[in-house]
Amino acid sequence: MAVGSPTSCQITGTAKIKQAIYSNIADQDMGVKLLLKDAQVEGIRYYDAYRKQGGYTAAEKALKMAPEAIVEEVKKSGLRGRGGAGFPTGMKWSFIAKPEGVPRHLVCNADESEPGTFKDRYLMEFIPHLLIEGLIISSFALGSNATYIYIRGEYAWIPDILEQAIDEAKAHGFLGKNILGTGFDCEIYVQRGAGAYICGEETALIESLEGKRGNPRIKPPFPAVKGVWDRPTVVNNVETLAAVVPIINMGGEEYARIGVGRSTGTKLISACGNINKPGVYEIDMTISVEEFIYSDEYCGGIANGKKLKACIPGGSSVPILPANLLLKTAKGETRMMNYESLSDGGFQTGSMMGSGGFIVLDEDQCVVRHTLTLARFYRHESCGQCSPCREGTGWMEKILKNIEYGRGKSSDIDLLWDIQRKIEGNTICPLGDAAAWPVAAAIRHFRDEFEWHVANPVESQQRNYGLAHYADPLAVAV
Amino acid sequence: MPAFSEEKLEEVQKIIARYPEGKQKSALIPLLHLAQDEFGGWLDVPVMDYVASLLQIEPIEVYEVATFYSMYNLKPVGKYVFEVCQTGPCMINGSDQIIDYIKARLDINVGETSADGMFTLKTVECLGACGYAPMMQLGKFYREHLTKEKVDAIIDECRKNAAVNN
Repeated sequence: MAVGSPTSCQITGTAKIKQAIYSNIADQDMGVKLLLKDAQVEGIRYYDAYRKQGGYTAAEKALKMAPEAIVEEVKKSGLRGRGGAGFPTGMKWSFIAKPEGVPRHLVCNADESEPGTFKDRYLMEFIPHLLIEGLIISSFALGSNATYIYIRGEYAWIPDILEQAIDEAKAHGFLGKNILGTGFDCEIYVQRGAGAYICGEETALIESLEGKRGNPRIKPPFPAVKGVWDRPTVVNNVETLAAVVPIINMGGEEYARIGVGRSTGTKLISACGNINKPGVYEIDMTISVEEFIYSDEYCGGIANGKKLKACIPGGSSVPILPANLLLKTAKGETRMMNYESLSDGGFQTGSMMGSGGFIVLDEDQCVVRHTLTLARFYRHESCGQCSPCREGTGWMEKILKNIEYGRGKSSDIDLLWDIQRKIEGNTICPLGDAAAWPVAAAIRHFRDEFEWHVANPVESQQRNYGLAHYADPLAVAV
Repeated sequence: MPAFSEEKLEEVQKIIARYPEGKQKSALIPLLHLAQDEFGGWLDVPVMDYVASLLQIEPIEVYEVATFYSMYNLKPVGKYVFEVCQTGPCMINGSDQIIDYIKARLDINVGETSADGMFTLKTVECLGACGYAPMMQLGKFYREHLTKEKVDAIIDECRKNAAVNN
């Protein structure tokens, strides 16, 4: 494929048409937009259009600042890691060790693999210069002269797009030697992975970048001290690094005014499942979950006029919530699309913002079957280093398969609960937790669906259990 | 012994140059992609040994990596590999039916190659196209919003392509 072709994949037609399918930003008038504000501008994939929209002004501004001042702005912005963990970015940056004579590296985590998540792909595919500009600023702030974008191998057409953006930035003096006369040198390289969810975990990513199996490292030492090639390294998600651009443009304090509480700025949500308008949305974290699902500005309601049964709001590893707990917290407050509100109630009655992979299930979906696909996913992706995860993920999949296919016993449900509890917290990296949580939440909120499968082995293969009493959606006025 | 062309060797050197002196092992994953594309779509042992020699590392270091990552094929595959996602978001949008349809159309099971050596069917886990489900990867690109009709069209397209290129 020619890099210049507007259609990178399968849909023929103009870039605009394709983009409209991929993101519904065009019909989204509500809320503040920082990352996707120019997403529909013709040719925004290329330098000229990006520059015309005010692109690279943040880089020009940042490179005149002291690196510490940039870190300070990011701290003030309250930006939290957009890859899933939500750790404050400015703080992460301030941890980087600066031993004399040892090079430091910034690595962009573009290994987006959490089921339900496809927001970074959108950013890289359509607005690559936003990421490149964010990388230039962040590399300058951290003192990284060689910065790497580690992108999942399956996104095989995107490295060409990124490399073209890098070449364009270089041709205009924003990369290479002595950038804008500051004496700062920086190169950005794109590294493809080869199919491993675990490489989204930062130490596994570093191992992979060193040409090894993606086995996570024991921390400490943290990457900020000993990262890639034992050098101090910061690993940040694509969306996090892109958000540095508006932060520098508007100032950290101004950015922090958007949103609510500790959920500052905007967040990309990739919405999928049984909704009318799947796609990538930018939200400012002040809207309710109900509005996000039912408003025509966003998901446009449940597809085919069905009822909402359940939702996994932040990528497959966060707890699934039945409709009633999704729309209102256990305290009866409206649940909002932000870090605090989504996790209100802890894992008992809440969930997490996670990566922003928003998976909606309608009344026809079987929670047991859906959980089985996730258990299979984690079994497939476990690196095999730690026995609780290596053995536990396979065991959970096997039991779930038995229950789904009418071969389960009622003691299996307790056994499943027991296994997930013994995985959680007992592994080197969070993949163990990520595998345990969806199973735990499915049993916690949909136990009678599991019991129904056990009690009705034949029927359970022919039809769905339906809406559990506690999963009845609220009467939603739209 | 397999060997890259002059042109490919230049690309290899360019990749190695991205990393610090002495850290050429970092080029292993990109080089295995190059080798798989170049030498018939899979990584035979002599191919892996050749990559080891290019990077001056032990063959076992290459085997370790090649067996870890799901994109590397360790046995021969068809000319066109259908990699169909089956994780949650694709499943609720009908990926199971798509997989069954492909199996029936090509008369193969998951993991098998059609008798004419043309098609291999693989199931994969989440490829990040959840909003455009069901989907498959075909070569470098994704095919999304799959339906039975689209699968038919893709099969025809592959057959046509193969006829033109032969």
